[in-house]
Amino acid sequence: MITLNLNGTEHQLDADGDTPLLWAIRDHAGLTGTKFGCGMAMCGACTVHVDGVPVRSCQTYLEDVAGAKVTTIEGIDGKVAETVQTVWADLDVPQCGYCQSGQIMSAAALLAETPKPTDEDIDAAMSGNLCRCATYQRIRAAIHEAADRLEA
Amino acid sequence: MLVQKLNAMAARAKTDPVSRRGFLLGAAATSAGVAIGFRPLAGLAATEPAKTGGDLAAYIAISEDDTVTIYSSQFDMGQGSYHGIATLVLEELGADWRQVRVEGASGNLAHYGNMAWGGGFQGSGGSTSMTSSWDRYRKAGAAGRMMLAEAAAREWGVPASEIAVEKGVVAHAGSGKSSGFGAFAKAAAGVSIPDDIKLKDRSEWTEIGNEGTKRYDRVGKTRGAQDFTIDVKLPGMLTAVMIHPPKFGAKVASFDAADAKAVKGVSDVVAIHRGVAVVAKDMWTALKARDLVTVEWDESEAETRGSAEIMAAYNDLAVKAPMAVARKDGDPEGAMASAAKVIEASYEFPYLAHAAMEPLNAVAAMNADGVLEIWGGHQMPDYYQQMASKTADIPPENIRMHVMKTGGGFGRRATPDADVITEVTAIGKAIGWKAPVKLQWTRENDMRGGRYRPAYVHRMRAGLDADGKLVAWDNHIVGQSIVANTLFSGLIKDGVDATSVEGSSTLPYAIPNLGVGLTTTESKVPVLWWRSVGSTHTAYATEVFLDEVIAEIGADQVQFRLDLLKDHPRHAGVLKLAAEEAGWGTPLPDGHHWGVAVHESFHSYVAEIAEVSVEDGEVIVHRVVAAVDVGTPINPDVIRAQVEGGIGFGLGSVLQEELTLTDGEVDQGNYDGYLPLRIDRMPKVEVHIVPSTEPPTGIGEPGVPPIGPAVANAVFRASGKRVRTLPFEKGFKSA
Repeated sequence: MITLNLNGTEHQLDADGDTPLLWAIRDHAGLTGTKFGCGMAMCGACTVHVDGVPVRSCQTYLEDVAGAKVTTIEGIDGKVAETVQTVWADLDVPQCGYCQSGQIMSAAALLAETPKPTDEDIDAAMSGNLCRCATYQRIRAAIHEAADRLEA
Repeated sequence: MLVQKLNAMAARAKTDPVSRRGFLLGAAATSAGVAIGFRPLAGLAATEPAKTGGDLAAYIAISEDDTVTIYSSQFDMGQGSYHGIATLVLEELGADWRQVRVEGASGNLAHYGNMAWGGGFQGSGGSTSMTSSWDRYRKAGAAGRMMLAEAAAREWGVPASEIAVEKGVVAHAGSGKSSGFGAFAKAAAGVSIPDDIKLKDRSEWTEIGNEGTKRYDRVGKTRGAQDFTIDVKLPGMLTAVMIHPPKFGAKVASFDAADAKAVKGVSDVVAIHRGVAVVAKDMWTALKARDLVTVEWDESEAETRGSAEIMAAYNDLAVKAPMAVARKDGDPEGAMASAAKVIEASYEFPYLAHAAMEPLNAVAAMNADGVLEIWGGHQMPDYYQQMASKTADIPPENIRMHVMKTGGGFGRRATPDADVITEVTAIGKAIGWKAPVKLQWTRENDMRGGRYRPAYVHRMRAGLDADGKLVAWDNHIVGQSIVANTLFSGLIKDGVDATSVEGSSTLPYAIPNLGVGLTTTESKVPVLWWRSVGSTHTAYATEVFLDEVIAEIGADQVQFRLDLLKDHPRHAGVLKLAAEEAGWGTPLPDGHHWGVAVHESFHSYVAEIAEVSVEDGEVIVHRVVAAVDVGTPINPDVIRAQVEGGIGFGLGSVLQEELTLTDGEVDQGNYDGYLPLRIDRMPKVEVHIVPSTEPPTGIGEPGVPPIGPAVANAVFRASGKRVRTLPFEKGFKSA
């Protein structure tokens, strides 16, 4: 058994330490908002926060997050995350929606760190998150809009 | 062209009314038939589950809690078809967005057959979802409104004509009575379908064309609450992963799974028709065990050529006479021979992967009563039901298909061999149906699993007369047929696969002598439609080559096209609008250049004007101004979103996507080698919609084709380089 602090709750999981966090979250803890896209940290669909830092859960292992706080799309809260999610819906960003949990986790982490990101900041923070529907124009607009609302 | 052919086939289809229990709203709007438009399929059965709770219809169910559930015949892979259909229903029904749910429907061709293809086949493709649904779902909504009003009139003892149904409320002004829908759900289901279903006049619309409407599914998709096939959970469910052959056409000779079976949590390792499946209690266990399986492959029937050899062969074929004629106006050969000047160029297009974010998957569960349930991105649900029936040897009426929303599709979920459907069915059967099974492909399975946009070569020639006028045009296309040897093979006529030549054969420009020829090649590399199908390459070849002519003559990119589009006002209309909005003719910043392209696909017309610079050898696309004519715009913001996304999708493909093979094996396995667009190369996009009262057409695909040629034409002006080999990553550097 291995302990995982997920969205503020301690879970006892019957899983090995070398299990990718992604599959521990999805198959063992049963939370499916975090998506599988590539398995090699190339697409960002599996992005979660570990102690507030965005990581690719497909290349992070259970044994690496012992004692850390893991947050998924289902568990993010606070003003920044709430604003990002609200703006995402207001600007109708998602198309298929499959990558959007990861996009939002990356965007929320960016805004927590950099309240007024430039386009270059956005490119640097969001280039690891693929969107095959190419909703990038609205992602960029939503991050700027969220920054404006958080500043107001 | 595709649509007409499908219509013609459906018209030949034998009709056979499908009986169905209960009460069918909107029956008057549909033609009954069975899906034999393509190749006769035995006994398609109505297997939709019984609906309960105030069942009004095959299309709409109103529950006593006021929920309006809309059953969508059209598949949603992100393009917004569910939202579009909900808009049509809401407009006529008088419901409120807060009441609405949409579910994928299947199992009843009489009601869910695609009307754009004659109604004989349920499927989504060719950007037809709104065309198919326009009358059907508005009539269903209107009938529902009339029946709710009638039920309320009886209850309240007032004339139905005095009852208003708006925003989810049934109200009678005279008596002051009002109610939600739920109170009349049961009573309305007992009202006869009105004979004369009256639709609103467009002046009365509040939903169709509403600029402010946001997608009904946006909130779930921002909170991790939208379920896809990968998220299906069933008690006792096992997870399966596949080992596919490294070369297309290879088969399992033998395999050794002893080490894999020793892994704790592994349930089974089985050989099926498409490879070896490892079945375990969860995904990670299955993946670890998969690494321990060794498979010997029989490669005697396998494709062993690389893509470079395939392309070299295509280039040889392109300079020979075409095998089939797709179009011939005037005397192209004679006019070319007598032209004062002939311009020639060849364009090369690589294989492309769909690379949707959700790798292919499906879930199968056998119920105690012998009914097999299959969840998946069923873009052709009744056909997949047939394929599962053959695989499992279970009658189709005992197979129930659950149509899930899908994490991107771009054509990949409409697969004639029903790959993941037959795989999950075969795995379930092989393990004796002992537990539900989720089959999940890895990214590598998906990237190397075939079904690519075919590689093509276009050889183009243009003849100018002594006055520099374009008098001859010849376009020879070489490549694989998407539909050959599939249920869609009826689309091949006189040796011409319409999906290979559409866009070239429909060239709108007034050129007196015009020839389009096709040489169809064969390969074991499996191919498939890829967002905008033939237009993925024909738009590039025709619009870039036209620009070569324009550059030779020294004409204006916009005016030259307009002069040749006199008989095509909708092409001309979008081009004029895009030019106006782009500020055509006004100066650009130093080093920035415009490129133009206009193209019709699936009866939608799109012009795109790209502002591009080339800096340090890199192509930078700054801004794209698009204008679209999709007939009556149903959801303007969805139209804009589809064009924005289509431009990003198309731009990635021309700049950097390429699927290559070496000795028959696919080189790219993941997003490290196959390179869709990322945010740092996404340009600023503006989308302008032509006001129209024509019937609606689609926009899932038509935004894609013009972006490649628009950018290429700008790059020529910025750098003098003509990109004739895609992607730019290869063709710009070598130009």
